[in-house]
Amino acid sequence: MYWNEKVETMSHEELIYIQNERLKDMVHRLYYNVPFYRSKFQNLGLEPEDIKGIEDLSKLPFTTKQDLRDNYPYGIFASPLSEIVRIHASSGTTGKPTVVGYTKKDINTWSELSARAFVAADADRNSVIQIAYGYGLFTGGLGLHYGAEKLCASVIPISTGNTQRQIMLMKDLKTSLIACTPSYAIYLADSIKEQGISLEELNLKSGIFGAEPWPENMRKEIEKKLNITAHDIYGLSEVMGPGVAIECNYKCGMHIWEDHFIPEIVDPNTLEPLPYGTLGELVFTTITKEGMPLLRYRTRDLSILYNETCKCGRTHIRMERIKGRSDDMLIIRGVNIFPSQIENALLEIGEVEPHYQLIITRDGTLDNLEIKVEVTEHLFSDKISGLESLQKNIARKMESALQLSAKITLVEPNSIPRFEGKSKRVIDKRNI
Amino acid sequence: MIKQVSVFLENKVGRLENILEVLYQYDINLRSISVAETTDYGIIRLILDKPELAIEKLKEAGFMVKETRVLALEISDITGSMLSVIKELSANDISVEYTYSSLPLHGNNVIIIIRVDDNEKAVEVLKESKNAKLLNIEELV
Repeated sequence: MYWNEKVETMSHEELIYIQNERLKDMVHRLYYNVPFYRSKFQNLGLEPEDIKGIEDLSKLPFTTKQDLRDNYPYGIFASPLSEIVRIHASSGTTGKPTVVGYTKKDINTWSELSARAFVAADADRNSVIQIAYGYGLFTGGLGLHYGAEKLCASVIPISTGNTQRQIMLMKDLKTSLIACTPSYAIYLADSIKEQGISLEELNLKSGIFGAEPWPENMRKEIEKKLNITAHDIYGLSEVMGPGVAIECNYKCGMHIWEDHFIPEIVDPNTLEPLPYGTLGELVFTTITKEGMPLLRYRTRDLSILYNETCKCGRTHIRMERIKGRSDDMLIIRGVNIFPSQIENALLEIGEVEPHYQLIITRDGTLDNLEIKVEVTEHLFSDKISGLESLQKNIARKMESALQLSAKITLVEPNSIPRFEGKSKRVIDKRNI
Repeated sequence: MIKQVSVFLENKVGRLENILEVLYQYDINLRSISVAETTDYGIIRLILDKPELAIEKLKEAGFMVKETRVLALEISDITGSMLSVIKELSANDISVEYTYSSLPLHGNNVIIIIRVDDNEKAVEVLKESKNAKLLNIEELV
């Protein structure tokens, strides 16, 4: 099932043709309408005519979150406020929020792409869609809402919170698709069970979950606990909002809608583009946006792109679930290491919520990585040999995930300090 | 079979003391203790009169605790008595993973704690044994 079959299953050649034309237009528009981009071009000695198609993408300057902050609030807008019909803002951890603006056409595009997402997640005009993402400045609620309406589904704009009411309406109104964060989905499932409501009393068939990274075993848990098929969705307000990419039923990565966005994967250090199949930082160029188009926006999200055609028939490129943030990247013995890789390896061993700490030291010129892992009930053995084989097992998993050997130290539960941010999971004792 | 309480401990000053404090606070009596240690951590194995209470309270105090089934055997305090028990186990292809001794109940006998790879089989073998008497927790405390 497709929402827009012609576009979703278009050949690569056609997609590339569209991208070339749209990119050239976009570059011209930004050069003449946005002083920020014009000066970036001039600093690089670049003329809009130098960009003849996507093969010239790597000549273009990057855009960062800092650029958006520096041009707060409207400095990067490419349309006058008279054309802007909607403003969203994401909470900034440091001071001012990031503000994004949409024209009428941008809202239409966003609705179209959200509708494609819902159809990829098995919804149609008969579906009852409960949107439990926040409505308001956050793009999650309204972005999906417009897509669900475009689909002509029945939308319950319940927003976040009030779990009792969520469950009551889900049951009484026969919700068939729920959209929320994956962690809230688990919470909902547990609350449903606690209230003694059986899954047969509900009409849930599928779910769209995103706005936070979630591993495969969390998907399995959601699918099992709610008896649904769970789809990962990707988006960020700077680029559009939810619906930039969606998983189809084959769940082999999220399809990025290439008729509107050109994705790249780059090395977060050198900023060199990386080939398909390689882990790196996800970068987006928007090619149809009017309100706030961006060139090569660095998302800081880590992913992998796959360009083989998917079994579902959609030809649009696929991105791997978000593997972490490039801000957290460490370079140890010349190897790029992301704490999320360590977390994923521990998840594979069967840890639900692994607690670990990385300690990096330098002995002469050689970096050493020690990974402290809290022993959980699930891992604990009363035999030294059992613990030793656990250590070896973790070490082996780490070595294959990181391409680097690490000393694994088992520590007592709750002995690693808990922090809000993941970056605090790293203690770098090297004096570089 | 009896319950052994195993606790994971990092090699840090005062951790054993913390465990014993918890046991003392809840009036849990220690029948036997053994420590298996590596450079970084150790496993404390305890035989206690109230294993369930100990597990609950040690967990509350933040320790990583596991319950394991082990065999408690009463044997005579004479040369070769342990050898004959171990011989019975090896003759039946049962492997001993670790063993330690516990406080004696009667003057001329000693108690050994044995962890084997196959508890059920070991019980079958030893319940008919002339060399040892299998104990349960009530007999032990």
